[in-house]
Amino acid sequence: MTLISLSPLDIGYAALLVLAMAGCTTALRLNLGRSIIIASARLIVQLMLLGLVLKVLFAAERLFWVALMALVMLLVGGREVMARQKRRLKGGWSYGVGTMSMFISCFATVIIALAVIVNPEPWYAPRYAIPLLGMLLGNTMNGISLSLDRLTQTAWQQRAVIEQRLLLGQDRREAMLDITRDSLRTGMIPIINAMAAAGIVSIPGMMTGQILAGSPPLEAVKYQIMIWLLIAAGSGFGMMAAIGAASRRLFDHRHRLRLDRLATPKS
Amino acid sequence: MSHLRLDSLQFRRWGPFTFTLAPGECVGLSGPSGAGKTLLLRSIADLDEHSGKIFLDHDECSEVQAPAWRRQVGLLLAESQWWHDTVGEHFPEIDEAVLKQLGLTPEVLKWPVSRLSSGERQRLAIIRLLGNRPKVLLLDEPTANLDQENTAQVESLIEEYRQSAGAPIFWVCHDKEQLRRVAVRQFRLEDGSLREYSPDQ
Repeated sequence: MTLISLSPLDIGYAALLVLAMAGCTTALRLNLGRSIIIASARLIVQLMLLGLVLKVLFAAERLFWVALMALVMLLVGGREVMARQKRRLKGGWSYGVGTMSMFISCFATVIIALAVIVNPEPWYAPRYAIPLLGMLLGNTMNGISLSLDRLTQTAWQQRAVIEQRLLLGQDRREAMLDITRDSLRTGMIPIINAMAAAGIVSIPGMMTGQILAGSPPLEAVKYQIMIWLLIAAGSGFGMMAAIGAASRRLFDHRHRLRLDRLATPKS
Repeated sequence: MSHLRLDSLQFRRWGPFTFTLAPGECVGLSGPSGAGKTLLLRSIADLDEHSGKIFLDHDECSEVQAPAWRRQVGLLLAESQWWHDTVGEHFPEIDEAVLKQLGLTPEVLKWPVSRLSSGERQRLAIIRLLGNRPKVLLLDEPTANLDQENTAQVESLIEEYRQSAGAPIFWVCHDKEQLRRVAVRQFRLEDGSLREYSPDQ
């Protein structure tokens, strides 16, 4: 199979379709035209830049540059987790909890995947390490931000119930048990749904990309399966770490609920 | 038979408060709303930050694990909260005789919480709290939403517990008649200061 390379003109045709769609939304007064065009432009610029960075990275194959790229991805992901919280933990805690949980779960998962499963030479080969890390960080970021948002929101709303449970002598873990379980469930449902529907309802994006770029379908499928299993495990562990730490932070050493540690939402 | 002693208890802008509740003594606390009565009870139960010391017999609050402290220093709020679907799930074990004494049948344990009337909720909340066998009772307007009959049942249940367990009781209430019935001493919290006063003057 030969790879059909896309020319700038080919991309331009796809962009024309989006322009037409943006025009329609303007005609319908949806006030979305501007956002659509900006988002499309960002997509093109950011991904082209990523392509250039990856090209250099792949050619250099230096651990330092791979680690630097991974660090940038992690820090930006941590910021995204924080930005999507309605009632985030005050101070550096919101950023710290999200970033640390993503770091522990994603980096551990990727290193295990590289060392045990894929075995590239060298082990940090950027052609494998960076895309794997990107898939994991992206999905873990979604899971953690969903579950943290649920945790802090529910704790805020259920203050009376939590305090009632504390007053009856439950410790902070028991008093939060229903809420932490709910939050984890909320964060994990998208991944479970995606895995359950994979191949029947939807053809996963990563695999589609590989097939379009010329890989044999079965190879693409195997990679996709591995990636999703890693995502399920990695983001699950990441959420557990994040929910555990954030839930702990909502209480002090005397098991008192400390909602004053949550910021008030900006309306 | 335990006593509760507050030594310069301070929280937010209130205090310092120093007083003792003797074993089996029921002490009333009244005052305008917003005077800090609920906050005082919450601080004693260590649910809010505070400074100063609280002794239950010879145990100082900060030296006892917080959940254990709250099982011994039982605080009942005006509005009880229920988090499971059915009533029975909130009770690890329950004495059916106590249910009957309060005019409830064991059937009530199978009910969804939403089916309870406010009187039933409050009576069950007291049974739930007393299940911990607290050494001190802190009551925050325990009968505020109840009719006369329910109020009388709650009063006699608490009185019985006071006598059998010898527990001191700190009873926050707006109703002067009720405080006269249940309390042997009364405090009034106003403008941040706590005064002992005699209701008959």
